[in-house]
Amino acid sequence: MNRVVITGIGIYSCIGKNVDEVKKSLFNGKSGIVFDDARKEMGFRSGLTGSIERPELKGKLDRRSRIMLAEQGEYAYVATVEALAAAKIDEDFLEHNEVGILYGNDSSAKAVVDATDILREKRDTALLGSGSVFQGMNSTVTMNLSTIFKLKGVNFTVSAACASGSHSIGMGYFLIKHGLQESVICGGAQEVNFQSMGSFDALSAFSVCELNPKEASRPFDAKRDGLVPSGGAATVILESYESAKRRGAPILAEVVGYGFSSNGGHISQPNVDGPVRSLEMALRDAAILTKEVDYINAHATSTPIGDMNEAKAIDKVFGETRPWVSSTKSMTGHECWMAGASEIVYSMLMMEEAFVAPNINFETPDEDSAKLKIAEKTIDNKKIDTFLSNSFGFGGTNSSLIVKKFKN
Amino acid sequence: MNKDAIISKVNAFLIDEFEVDESKVTPHANLMETLELDSLDLVDLVVIIEKNFGFKVKGEDFVGIKTFQDFYDYIISHVTVA
Repeated sequence: MNRVVITGIGIYSCIGKNVDEVKKSLFNGKSGIVFDDARKEMGFRSGLTGSIERPELKGKLDRRSRIMLAEQGEYAYVATVEALAAAKIDEDFLEHNEVGILYGNDSSAKAVVDATDILREKRDTALLGSGSVFQGMNSTVTMNLSTIFKLKGVNFTVSAACASGSHSIGMGYFLIKHGLQESVICGGAQEVNFQSMGSFDALSAFSVCELNPKEASRPFDAKRDGLVPSGGAATVILESYESAKRRGAPILAEVVGYGFSSNGGHISQPNVDGPVRSLEMALRDAAILTKEVDYINAHATSTPIGDMNEAKAIDKVFGETRPWVSSTKSMTGHECWMAGASEIVYSMLMMEEAFVAPNINFETPDEDSAKLKIAEKTIDNKKIDTFLSNSFGFGGTNSSLIVKKFKN
Repeated sequence: MNKDAIISKVNAFLIDEFEVDESKVTPHANLMETLELDSLDLVDLVVIIEKNFGFKVKGEDFVGIKTFQDFYDYIISHVTVA
């Protein structure tokens, strides 16, 4: 079995467009949530969303590559450039090694809706242009990044709802651990537009705290009334320890455990048993005790039932050791397909700088969250040697990852 | 629109869309080679022409177009010239 290390991270999110900006936002408890008039005009119940600018790629990427990239692909490209640079992986390395890509993505709604609008108006597929099909497929991120970076290893998209990003890292970890790949670009991407979120809004799952957007996402708080959709992209470069050592790469941390499960229940309502099994499997895989986990980055999205059941699951497994818990979604909103990857990046930054980012807007615990040690404010000078990150999704898919500081 | 205006408009969108140096766009230069067009780019060219001049190019029409001048002539033959 190979040890699996992280040699680079990159992020493009509503709380910062790179690792340094995001690190400051996390420490300062900065929210990236805004009210979007356009959503209300489209009949949304909630006009709240994470706010993110599309990057300007003209001059950085050739025309053909830009035409093929959907919005979330642009975010993923920027995050991946940052992560590859951090990992000291250049074009020459990519040319001569089988570097793979496994990225989480579960929609490309805007591209599909835009194409359909043209089709309805023009009644002619020839007027859709060449980029439409490559932007609209679910695998748009991996098909584009593998082409742009000329990758030669494993290449597919992981679609597992809001656990997509986490499972992509889990699968990359699995392939490297078992010697099937030496390095894999993992991550998650999420488009931010009304086209992708209308059907989710239809479920009344979003917060309607529109007068105070920055207070709307309040995971674990008794007054939470729903999640706030958001997005961007996060990239994590996984590599075998031997490969990282051989090329003198910076080793930022080690992935030591991956647990997964399916709830076997309702399509949208989570339960307690599924996440408990995922947590326990990750701990078994990592061969560590619960007391060794210093911090849990919770999935908690700010929905009443989701947070309640996750709090029960964490308490069931970690009730005796009570590590620090926070949901960074309190600041970022729910980054959906991206969240499992971005939350690894957020937790990595906390581990690197020795702090626990706050679960902002956590003012009043409820019966279940009261049992957890939730960081309502930034916990500074908190050494984190090991953290766990939870991600759950529609259909009852669960993923738990455990990451440790690297020690020889 | 007169012929010169059409040619100016064509040059402007080709230079903008295909990000080619203006100095390379001359009447007798080879259109495909100068703009480095592949089969996917031709798909986009159909869309651009429709947006700018309101008519749809048939794929087979590209066969006879070699130079920029051929392209101008083709466009001019499909629009009302003042």
